Amino acid sequence: MEEAESGRNRAHRLELSGVGISLHGRVLVPPLSLAIDGGRVAVLMGPSGSGKSSLLAHLCGTLDPVFDAVGRVTLRGVDLDGLPPEQRRVGILFQDDLLFPHLSVAENLAFGLPAALRGAGRREAVERALDDADLGGLGGRDPATLSGGQRARVALMRTLLAEPAALLLDEPFSKLDVALRSRFRAWVFDHARKRRLPTLLVTHDPMDGAEADGPVIELG
Amino acid sequence: MKSVSPEIASGGAVGRQVASAAGRRRRRWSALGLVPPLTLALFLGPIAGGLIGTWAPAFGILPALGGTEPSLGPWRALLEAPGLAAAVLLSAGTGLGATLLSVGIALWFCAAWHGTRVFSGLRRLLAPLLALPHAAFAIGFAFLIAPSGWLARLLSPWATGWTWPPDLGTVNDPMGLALVLGLVVKEVPFLLLMTFAALNQVRADRTLTVARTMGYGPVTAWGKTVLPLVYPQLRLPVYAVLAFSASVVDMALILGPGTPPTLAVLVLRWFSDPDLAMRYQAAAGACLQLVLAGALIALWRLGEVIAGRIGRRWAVSGRRGGTGAVARSVSAVLAAGIVLVAMGASAGLGLWSVAERWRFPDALPAAWSWETWTRALPHLAGPAWTTLSAGVASAGVALVLVLGCLENEQRARLRPSARGLWLLYLPLLVPQIGFLFGAQVLLVSAGLNGTWIALVWSHLLFVLPYVFLALADPWRALDERYARSALCLGATPWRVFWRVRLPLLLRPVLGAAAIGFSVSVAQYLPTQFAGAGRLPTLTTEAIGLAAGSDRRLIGVYGFAQAALPLIVFALALALPAAVDRVRRWRR
Repeated sequence: MEEAESGRNRAHRLELSGVGISLHGRVLVPPLSLAIDGGRVAVLMGPSGSGKSSLLAHLCGTLDPVFDAVGRVTLRGVDLDGLPPEQRRVGILFQDDLLFPHLSVAENLAFGLPAALRGAGRREAVERALDDADLGGLGGRDPATLSGGQRARVALMRTLLAEPAALLLDEPFSKLDVALRSRFRAWVFDHARKRRLPTLLVTHDPMDGAEADGPVIELG
Repeated sequence: MKSVSPEIASGGAVGRQVASAAGRRRRRWSALGLVPPLTLALFLGPIAGGLIGTWAPAFGILPALGGTEPSLGPWRALLEAPGLAAAVLLSAGTGLGATLLSVGIALWFCAAWHGTRVFSGLRRLLAPLLALPHAAFAIGFAFLIAPSGWLARLLSPWATGWTWPPDLGTVNDPMGLALVLGLVVKEVPFLLLMTFAALNQVRADRTLTVARTMGYGPVTAWGKTVLPLVYPQLRLPVYAVLAFSASVVDMALILGPGTPPTLAVLVLRWFSDPDLAMRYQAAAGACLQLVLAGALIALWRLGEVIAGRIGRRWAVSGRRGGTGAVARSVSAVLAAGIVLVAMGASAGLGLWSVAERWRFPDALPAAWSWETWTRALPHLAGPAWTTLSAGVASAGVALVLVLGCLENEQRARLRPSARGLWLLYLPLLVPQIGFLFGAQVLLVSAGLNGTWIALVWSHLLFVLPYVFLALADPWRALDERYARSALCLGATPWRVFWRVRLPLLLRPVLGAAAIGFSVSVAQYLPTQFAGAGRLPTLTTEAIGLAAGSDRRLIGVYGFAQAALPLIVFALALALPAAVDRVRRWRR
């Protein structure tokens, strides 16, 4: 039973082999190898300017072409090299929630849902996500009227509704106040675990690292 | 940079500064505080006065011609004028068509190429495209697409089989298609520039990353997430494009149909009618042009609301869109076409000006000569000098006023407001033909009609908004700490202005001045009205000649008109570089 479980988690693995980034010949991120099984959270620590965000951009497929990237990235055994961002199934959460200001909370969530889900099914999925985020009844609200913690939860639910195969977190907790931070962190990790998502967290807060259960890597 | 809500992003220091007069009273009195109200008076005064001076004759009041009794006669005459309905439809159709195409192409290109090298490459090409005066471009465009034009020559006889110009109505076609295409070539660069500026104000890159990692194709992601953020800031520029396209005179004279012409051209004909009684009917027509522009903007607004509703449903439908490959190639071809047409139009003017013998279907002149230039030069010098002096003066005055407004905004810590932006756009939203006659009536009563001062002032109305728009963003984006640290070192505010802000912002300041100059060079209608025909410029001469058939002479005037702003732009680029070199050499 346990073995089958870990086998499934291995199948969901996000794996970096010798991934490094340089700019005009200057090394930004030295070659890095890392395997994150489904449901595990790995942490990348480092001061600002250490290339953490460039690494995440490389994983998303949005790295500016002026950078040179080496190494191999696979997700569920699929080589991500050369795939456009929309085909990678890599979800990302930024420090800013980046909820679309022109859409309501429910519409922001619906944005994440696949088009195949239509009509009542679509509405139900949004309702479920709202309940999941403890935001029942707030679907019609303008995101700007929500609190920081509520917005952060909507942002995660929106990312998850798009059914990613891996989750990247670019310091998504740093803007929340301390009390909220640990609760939100636990909630995010919990969701990642339930969905067997390999998760890579970039941060400079040592507490984030302590809460994670995967490898911790120092950059810079 | 601070994030600014789209509604109030970038724009008018002007209105807000008047609104906060109470706040200013508490501060120490300074001459600088007078600049914003003076600026407002200088450019809103003539518009308000001009509108009154146009609406009054439309209702029979024009004391100079003995009209003292209010009447509806001018409107009745207007409605009975032959071809009016067709002219109105033509103006509305070409205006809407050109705006729809321009907005569509500009936004589509941005959606398809956002964040790529092609995107930044096109950005650099915009300045010369924007500097090309409308009239010169329209003439060059006509030279390009006419049945005997360069395009037909390049393709004949090997591809078309033509050994003689075909009998096709490619220019002045009754539907106004040539006019629409010409407008599109001029408006797309402007809208691209405004979109680039708007993109700087929103977090477009991260928003796109979020959408694309959720599986959205690049173009669909842009349309669903970036466009709704950017469009509110494009609204005023789009309205300006719409009002302009529906009321343009110079391009319509050259490219548009003749019978009937567009409404603005028809009204101009009535204003220039030797029968002075026609002024009443013309004034009513000018008012109708204003109403038409307002109605088109209202219609566009309605379209925005409907498109917004549909777009919202589309945005949340979950449809991810494709790879954007088709959008990329088609929009790239369109953009390249626009650049090539603009370049071909300018080059064609130059070629004709030095062509001695150029028979159809030769691709290039068979014999070259400077003869047309030497023949034209004695007559060219006067208009060229007027163009140059009016351009330098209006751009210079606009620059001083804009710098004063921005400096005052900075010192008084004022925030730009949406209302100020509307005021700034007013001269671009009100059709020129809708108020210039009234402004001329005012000039006559002030004894200024036909003077150089009146010419510069009339240009200033249109130069000022562009200089402001070009300079406001870089000025406000300059790190406040430079000025603050200089102040802490004991420098006076004026010293900070001259020795810190101005040198740091030399490039955008000169760029804005060059834009102002090119706007002045392009003015046709204001030159005709304020100059009262006594102050010909390269623009009015070129358009006057365009009706004739001497392509060589038209080429000389058109090329001279196109070259002047380009030279000034080149200077604006070269000067800061030279200053840098001197500074380095001194070390």
